Amino acid sequence: MSNIFETLHFYFQYPYVRYAMIVGLLIALCSSLLGVTLVMKRFSFIGDGLSHVAFGAMAVATITGITNNMLIIMPITIISAVLLLRTGHNTKIKGDAAIAMISVGALALGYMLMNLAARSGSGHTTSNVTADVCSTLFGSTSILTLSITDVWICVAMSIVVVSVFLIFYNKIFAVTFDENFAKATGVRSDMYNLLIAVVIAVIIVIAMNFVGSLLISALIIFPALSAMRVFKSFRSVIICSVIISLICAGAGIIISILAGTPVGATIVIADIVVFFTFCLASFVLKRGK
Amino acid sequence: MGALLKCENVSLGYEGDVVTKNINFTVSSGDYLCIVGENGSGKSTLIKALLGLKPQLSGNIEFCGGMAKNEIGYLPQQTLVQRDFPASVREIVLSGCMNRCGLRPFYNKDEKKLAHDMMRRLDIEPLTKRCYRELSGGQQQRVLLARALCAARKMILLDEPVTGLDPKAANEMYELIDSLNKKDGITVIMVSHDMNAAVRYASHILHVGRKQLFFGTKDDYLTSKTGQAFLTVMGGDENE
Repeated sequence: MSNIFETLHFYFQYPYVRYAMIVGLLIALCSSLLGVTLVMKRFSFIGDGLSHVAFGAMAVATITGITNNMLIIMPITIISAVLLLRTGHNTKIKGDAAIAMISVGALALGYMLMNLAARSGSGHTTSNVTADVCSTLFGSTSILTLSITDVWICVAMSIVVVSVFLIFYNKIFAVTFDENFAKATGVRSDMYNLLIAVVIAVIIVIAMNFVGSLLISALIIFPALSAMRVFKSFRSVIICSVIISLICAGAGIIISILAGTPVGATIVIADIVVFFTFCLASFVLKRGK
Repeated sequence: MGALLKCENVSLGYEGDVVTKNINFTVSSGDYLCIVGENGSGKSTLIKALLGLKPQLSGNIEFCGGMAKNEIGYLPQQTLVQRDFPASVREIVLSGCMNRCGLRPFYNKDEKKLAHDMMRRLDIEPLTKRCYRELSGGQQQRVLLARALCAARKMILLDEPVTGLDPKAANEMYELIDSLNKKDGITVIMVSHDMNAAVRYASHILHVGRKQLFFGTKDDYLTSKTGQAFLTVMGGDENE
């Protein structure tokens, strides 16, 4: 046991490990906040769809050779988020179908562009495209190459996300629970839907480097689903999902350091374990009544 | 009693398709108006127009007598999403006070008291901390009604308030609405399939079809041709 602590102590002396921990926890915090809203609005897949859009955007950014690819990824993802959340009503393509379409489309486009770029760039096809794509989809070791600037950007974004959530908490609840009622009594629900979309897009883009675009949905959805199994009010569900998310992210990072497993996948598996534990707990609680 | 809501020559529909037209009616303070009509006759479109969720194609919907556009308490039909929503009764009733907040992010003391008073009025005080999805259908409707009353004190609009309730719960719901109308002086607009309840409780009836078929007091409706024809069809069905 003391051996484990020594190893951890050894690793945490490196600043990049500390940075990874800070960024990981911040992302876990932000992504769990809106989970309940997305699940209840039947938008569980939006994380998946948007992260693929971000993947496609990243491919575009790589090809154009812009140094700061956030300049391309962020606006494209935000615009897609707004468009997707709008499809809920009065469009010919319904929400889930639209998400599936955009998600697969962006994935294919991104992969194609990366392939073409690799071919024309180096002259031969045996370049490292597969590895590149794989690390974008499943999260890379880039979490361990964060600079102090990255950390500060992440801190700033998290502060914005958390304070927006706290300030609009009651409005987000009203719009999630019953959009028509909110609208009918004069709450500007369109504006808050837009706000939710933008916040989700921002979270996804930040989280992409961390767990990769395929696993973001898990980070957003799992803590909320686990918490909803046991807790009975909106506030307690949210607080609980934040705590679950933080614990899973922390544990996941530590395990991945010790066992050398991929960071993103480890965190998601931790989330899955918690989910089943909570399922069991709710089953036992119901039986106990 | 002053008029609160006037509809003049309103026609409704979707993108040029007129569903119903020539709707003319007035709702005065203290009225209990029941809107009836067959499926697809534009009842729900009319509700959306009254609530300002969907603009009318032509005509005027006017609020007067101190009523503002967003001061109708709305009891919507429940959606599937709400049935398993993880929220406490208190949180849901409080969310009815949202329109009083404006830009203020949190509820103040008055609003919390209002929510509490409404829960007491509707006998759901003991349920305050319970989870919404664990309540019975009748209790859920009371919660949503309490929320509607938080949003507006003068007028409530009920969309098929007894759908999915068993006869006993449905009866209690009707009695409750009736006492809100008689005792608390709240103006009620109710959309309903249930003709028996409509003629039993309402003071006025609006019957819509492709156009407005009838508007007037209940007693006039019962003796009118439209009313009698509709009652034999619908009333017979409901009794089965």
